[in-house]
Amino acid sequence: MKIVVTVKQIPDPNGAPKLTSDNRLARDGEVVLDPGDEYGVEAALRIKEAAGDSEVILVSMGPAKAGDAIRKGLSMGADRAIHISDDGLAGADALTTAQVLAAAIRGESPDLVISGTESTDGSTGMVPPMLAELLGFPQLTFAKQVEVTGNKVKIQRQTDVGYDVVEADTPALITVTAGVGEPRYASLKGIMAARSKEVKKLGLAELGVTRGKPAEEVLDVVDAEQRQAGEVFEDDGTAVDRIVALLVKVKAV
Amino acid sequence: MAKVWIYAEMAGGKLAPIAGELLAKARTLGGDVEAVALGKGAEAAAATLGKHGAKKVYVCDDEVFDQFIAQPATDTMEALVKANSPDLILFGFTYDSREVAGRLAARLGVGQVSSALDVEADGGGWIAKVPYFGGGKVARMKVNNSPGIVLLRPKSFEASETGGTALLEKVTATVGPDSKRARLVERIAEKSEKVKLEDAKIVVSGGRGMGGPENFPLLEALADVLGGAVGASRAVVDAGWVPYSMQVGQTGKAVRPAVYIAAGISGAMQHTVGMKGSRVIIAINKDAEAPILKMADLGIVGDALKIVPKLTEALKAKRGS
Repeated sequence: MKIVVTVKQIPDPNGAPKLTSDNRLARDGEVVLDPGDEYGVEAALRIKEAAGDSEVILVSMGPAKAGDAIRKGLSMGADRAIHISDDGLAGADALTTAQVLAAAIRGESPDLVISGTESTDGSTGMVPPMLAELLGFPQLTFAKQVEVTGNKVKIQRQTDVGYDVVEADTPALITVTAGVGEPRYASLKGIMAARSKEVKKLGLAELGVTRGKPAEEVLDVVDAEQRQAGEVFEDDGTAVDRIVALLVKVKAV
Repeated sequence: MAKVWIYAEMAGGKLAPIAGELLAKARTLGGDVEAVALGKGAEAAAATLGKHGAKKVYVCDDEVFDQFIAQPATDTMEALVKANSPDLILFGFTYDSREVAGRLAARLGVGQVSSALDVEADGGGWIAKVPYFGGGKVARMKVNNSPGIVLLRPKSFEASETGGTALLEKVTATVGPDSKRARLVERIAEKSEKVKLEDAKIVVSGGRGMGGPENFPLLEALADVLGGAVGASRAVVDAGWVPYSMQVGQTGKAVRPAVYIAAGISGAMQHTVGMKGSRVIIAINKDAEAPILKMADLGIVGDALKIVPKLTEALKAKRGS
């Protein structure tokens, strides 16, 4: 089974985010593999371990620095990677991203494509369904559990009240949640092995993709409306009385 | 006049609550408001959509939309869009709607603006407001393509009836030969919640400060006495303490109850974006620097594990008196 995992390098979510002069997220500071994508890599490795005779290929679009995120995925155990990097892709919207990823993935004819449900930085959640559409794949999304038997994929799809059981024949695209299992740490052996794994670099011209008009144009970025701070006090034994008084005041009890 | 569509999501034969929220917004945009409802119960839902301000509703009761994920709805939406040329299509940023919106935006080649908090008409075009940095900032984005596709976060608007009747147009399902692929096998309800988290008037949420999953019954007891529901932060959901269905925040549920009690939650942006619309916020946290205390109406620097059970007892005693 050939499994492609889409991975993204994002500004460190624990750091202070910055904007570029054209109001895009600055990507020149500390960067990490999107934590959501680690679940994708983990899910792919588990499928490979269960199915045997499989290959896990990482596909990433991003600046040259994205190489670090790709190395992390390779250290976890992915077999090789494709890194699409092109100055013409700066500030690409979700559709462009999906078109670029689709062009690179088509060349691999995978059985499965695995993505996170949404990136931790952009959080649009649109690249996976767009990618599925452009590849002509069915989408099995928000999976908290994935089961592959032969050419059948069955997932437990997270819903508001529980989960749906959804199945499809391969090829298919899956998005995974944290439910699929704790991502493994890269072992020292894995880190050493990753150094010699293939990372194929591709540009826009090689993929035959031209950028269309972006779906949106950022006009400005302002601070979100903040709630007025209320009363804060150190608990001196009156906390319960004060909470009850407030609940009574707002007629909650 | 601009034609504004909303995608009226159907869930298990009923109209999803997001439809009323989207119509409440659509009505303010100064265009002709129309809705599309696909799936079991769609025809019956048309009356409700009319009451919420839809002038016309395209409906199809075909169960193919319930049996297969996203693709049949995308095919039918594509056909409807090509035949009727809406200027703007609003979707909810919900599990089911975002899948259709994404595929449709790619199929039409127009892209979308996702996870928006608001959208406004602007000189014949549209401007969407999108949270940046997990909600700390808001970007105003001009929607460039037509039709514009904007996904609005749930609970961004309050549904309200205005009266009115929608013109009903029955349409047939347009489903491509290759679109019946992701089959819904069965739906599992994990537990029957007493009060649904997103509908609860009072929400009691717990985070890491609750110490462990064994202490969540303390929150349930408090929620029970208040007639509310229990939520959780992403940190404890990721840690496996409680199921994802309880997560409040950017990647979980958005809630706007009358009272939100945050117990042992630090208040990361990821969480607060999902609850800052609450009318009254009460926060209990040991760390005086926790961001949640700065946005609470009543912030208590203290141990939630000690305060919560005492509060439950006090409220029980009060009810008994």
